[in-house]
Amino acid sequence: MNMKKTFTIGGVHPDENKLTATKPICELGLPKQAVYPLSQHIGAPSVPCVAKGDLVNVGTKIADAGGFMSAVIHSGVSGKVAKVDTVVDASGYRKPAIYIDVVDDVWEPTIDRSEDLVKDCNLTPEEIIAKIKDAGIVGLGGACFPTHVKLMPPKDCKIDSLVINAVECEPYLTADHRLMLEHPDEIVVGVQILLKALGINKAFIGIEENKPDAIELLQSKVASVQGVEVVKLKTKYPQGGEKQLIEAVTGRQVPPPPALPASVGVVVQNVGTVYAVYQAVQKNKPLFERIVTVTGKSVQNPANLLVRMGTPISQVIEYAGGMPEDTAKLISGGPMMGRPLLNADVPVVKGTSGVLMLPEADAIRKEEQHCIRCSKCVQACPMGLEPYLLATCGELSDWERAEQEWIMSCIECGCCQSSCPSHRPLLDWVRLTKNKVGGIIRSRNTK
Amino acid sequence: MAKLFISTSPHAHNGDSVEKNMYAVVIALIPAFIASIIAFGLGSLVVTATSVVSCMFFEWAITKYLLKEEKTTIFDGSAIVTGLLLAFNLPSNLPLYIIIIGALVAIGIGKMAFGGLGNNPFNPALVGRVFLLISFPAKMTSWPETHQMLAYADAVTTATPLSLMKEALSGNTAALNQLPELWQVFVGNTAGCIGEVSALALLLGFGYLLVRRVITWHIPVSIFGTVLVFTSIMWLVNPVMYANPLYHLCSGGLMLGAIFMATDYVTSPMTPKGMVVYGIGIGLLTVIIRYFGAYPEGMSFAILIMNAVNPLICNWCKPKRFGSVKK
Amino acid sequence: MSSMILTAVIVLGITGLILAVVLFFISKKFAVEEDPRVVQINEILPGANCGGCGYPGCAAFAENCVKKGSLKGMRCSAASGEVMQQIAEILGDVVEQTTPKVAVVRCNGSCENRPRINVYDGASRCAIAHMMSGGETGCAFGCLGCGDCVEACKFDAIRMNPETGLPEVDQDKCTACGMCVSACPRNIIELRNKNKLDRRIFVSCVNKDKGPVAKKACAVACIGCGKCVKACQFEAITLENNLAYIDFEKCRLCRKCVDECPQHSILAVNFPERKKPATEENVQTNQ
Repeated sequence: MNMKKTFTIGGVHPDENKLTATKPICELGLPKQAVYPLSQHIGAPSVPCVAKGDLVNVGTKIADAGGFMSAVIHSGVSGKVAKVDTVVDASGYRKPAIYIDVVDDVWEPTIDRSEDLVKDCNLTPEEIIAKIKDAGIVGLGGACFPTHVKLMPPKDCKIDSLVINAVECEPYLTADHRLMLEHPDEIVVGVQILLKALGINKAFIGIEENKPDAIELLQSKVASVQGVEVVKLKTKYPQGGEKQLIEAVTGRQVPPPPALPASVGVVVQNVGTVYAVYQAVQKNKPLFERIVTVTGKSVQNPANLLVRMGTPISQVIEYAGGMPEDTAKLISGGPMMGRPLLNADVPVVKGTSGVLMLPEADAIRKEEQHCIRCSKCVQACPMGLEPYLLATCGELSDWERAEQEWIMSCIECGCCQSSCPSHRPLLDWVRLTKNKVGGIIRSRNTK
Repeated sequence: MAKLFISTSPHAHNGDSVEKNMYAVVIALIPAFIASIIAFGLGSLVVTATSVVSCMFFEWAITKYLLKEEKTTIFDGSAIVTGLLLAFNLPSNLPLYIIIIGALVAIGIGKMAFGGLGNNPFNPALVGRVFLLISFPAKMTSWPETHQMLAYADAVTTATPLSLMKEALSGNTAALNQLPELWQVFVGNTAGCIGEVSALALLLGFGYLLVRRVITWHIPVSIFGTVLVFTSIMWLVNPVMYANPLYHLCSGGLMLGAIFMATDYVTSPMTPKGMVVYGIGIGLLTVIIRYFGAYPEGMSFAILIMNAVNPLICNWCKPKRFGSVKK
Repeated sequence: MSSMILTAVIVLGITGLILAVVLFFISKKFAVEEDPRVVQINEILPGANCGGCGYPGCAAFAENCVKKGSLKGMRCSAASGEVMQQIAEILGDVVEQTTPKVAVVRCNGSCENRPRINVYDGASRCAIAHMMSGGETGCAFGCLGCGDCVEACKFDAIRMNPETGLPEVDQDKCTACGMCVSACPRNIIELRNKNKLDRRIFVSCVNKDKGPVAKKACAVACIGCGKCVKACQFEAITLENNLAYIDFEKCRLCRKCVDECPQHSILAVNFPERKKPATEENVQTNQ
């Protein structure tokens, strides 16, 4: 085991800044009002199934899925629906949302609130998937892809392995790390449930070597479990990218889009999702709370918090000692792929893996200079693309060339921009170009 | 509280900058500069200082009075690097006015005419150097002997290893025997341009650039490899006419060119595959010019020719795309 | 000596003759038939290649004119009526009468009216700023101010006003080619009728948020109160998604809605002085 596994092309190693790695998970108090945006996931927005004045409990379903590629939403608080209005979410735009005024903390009686570990699961794969769907579980790594969709891969793809993403390659974030340390047994059971749902018997848990305690703990837990293996990976960003992780663990490269990970026989699930699956299947607990890392270099009390969804981020920040004076950027997620927030009134949603406050020195972009063709973006790109060229295609609106240069393969990991000595906004341009080319391809396919 | 900034991810930067890269090159050139002072003394100092100062002056003057830009770019380090590299490609007894003309051509025609750093198709220092070589062939090819510490324009000149090798090629069978010992060539005790004198010092700089990750190994190593293979074959065929391949590696501008000029960011390919192709091209052209051309040294021309081919290489040599090969 | 000259002359002469014959046949065989009218039309077109006609450049427009044989549905927005008349003559057709239009920027969220609450420091392109977030102000519909429209304009008819941070259209230079309209990611710019004396009335806002939200973000935002709809006698104003819209085909330029609007978000430009001076610049800076 001396050869450290990792992906082969590109990658960078940003400063880790895992300030909260040793901080146990604490529970955050209830908010006064909780807000639930209706599009918290990839796919169609959910449809509200409550109206103004309705009373809800913790775990009551408040919105139905808006289609197959969608997810239900449950209330994380008990109280009265105040209104169905709009809220500015992490996208920076006003989106429809359900407002709930919090009264007491009454849970749905079906939820098993005990701490006991339930190991046995006698459900059929279909029943498991149905339970996951009803619990509104989406990928908790940040992309928020509905989990039940991932568990039903296209018929022509033969799945043989499940890869658990416990890499947490984003700097600053430690939510998954803490989860592994505090709930390893639940995670192992969750993995077994997922294996059953997929009808396979091989699972890998990929962990980067900067979390030796988690590796050791999980290795001891899976020692007695057939077919589950912990894989130690070299610390390198973006190893948490689905395609990079699959290559690092299994050595298989997913072909360019529209191919899915399923085309190489792999399903990837985030470790947080696995825990949510355990709770949904064994404890009847829908997805209404998650672990959020609140952090930043000048934050007084960085922490890992168990937060009910719908809680405004301002309350999370308050717990951490308030927003530091020098904060120039408030980010939902990590510094490499997180979304900038317009203000702290945005609610915590399923995809909020962290709240990061960056000081001016780190956050404000430096002045852009000419490209000096140093090729550092090419070296950094984990998809083997030429970011400088794609960005130029964008500036010149040359969508055709961009498509020929594989732009749709871009995973928007930000390696290129973070290593550009000329401080060029490469990813801004690449994203725009990818967006345009994606539109062109879609309209071509529908013709 | 101050206003929050909004711009898309990534929000982190690794702190790299154009200046850092340029000054790293300057630092990497210091060993070679020290070696040149040991070899040529005052002359080396005068030529280098003139070249750097005039390059910076011309860049400042052009940005300010011709392009009318408010911000000056002379402190990003690229003019200093150009100045240093130009000086390192000149003999240490060159009159000042020629150096100043060279700097004007390098900065004015080689770089600023195309829009400044990042837009120039050819290596500016080499444009300046080749311009001087063609305009002042006599002055540019008289090389002072080493260890004349205080001499400048009055230095005694001598033959370089390369010119001896050229003589051997044209039939003087005794020429190769007059070559200095290989070790002397390696550490820098032979006549030649300022910067190319000591292969050892240049390799030190190469090591520094690799450690700082300013450049990758691809271009220099593929040049060295190509030259080594090509010259070895010729040497094995006829050792009287063709010199030992190690002499080829250590003499003339090969090391300086391969490590510092061919790896110039702006004018070299962006992908590893492209870099290797580019390096092989330079290696081949250099040796071909050394063997069959009119000039004893072909490095400058080889790099300039490959500079011209660079856009094509960039179009042909794409990086290995993720998922393009099934394992 | 003379024989050498003679040989050279003969050899060259024969070579030339053979090549001439070859060239003659090639040019006959591979001749590209081009209608002389295409060349004629192409010559009188403005040659801006703006794409406002919907074809990729002036040459393509000329070609398609000739192919169709008429000017039906074809219009070069950059050319004057005179030029269109000439093209029609070449084609043996008559010019379709179209109402002249001009680009109108429907956002009045100047720095004063719409304070900035965030700072955008990404790539300076509206399309990018629009994609990633609502923008620097509380209004997620209004002008982003990066100047994509200025860049798109081939006629130098749009300029950024550094004081207001908004683009301004030079109505004399604007040819209504529509490039700015498609460049604006937020559909703020619209082509509206030029009307007599260049007088225009329009709602200078595209904010679809509810009244209080819109009002908080911008002092001159349309709050969807509907007063203008009631005031209009010609049913030219519609209210949809908390936003009023004036149909320029129906509007009779009576200016009743302008007086009625509590938010001053309806602008009337190029009207003679009534209570206050109302040229375009004044309207934008005075409010």
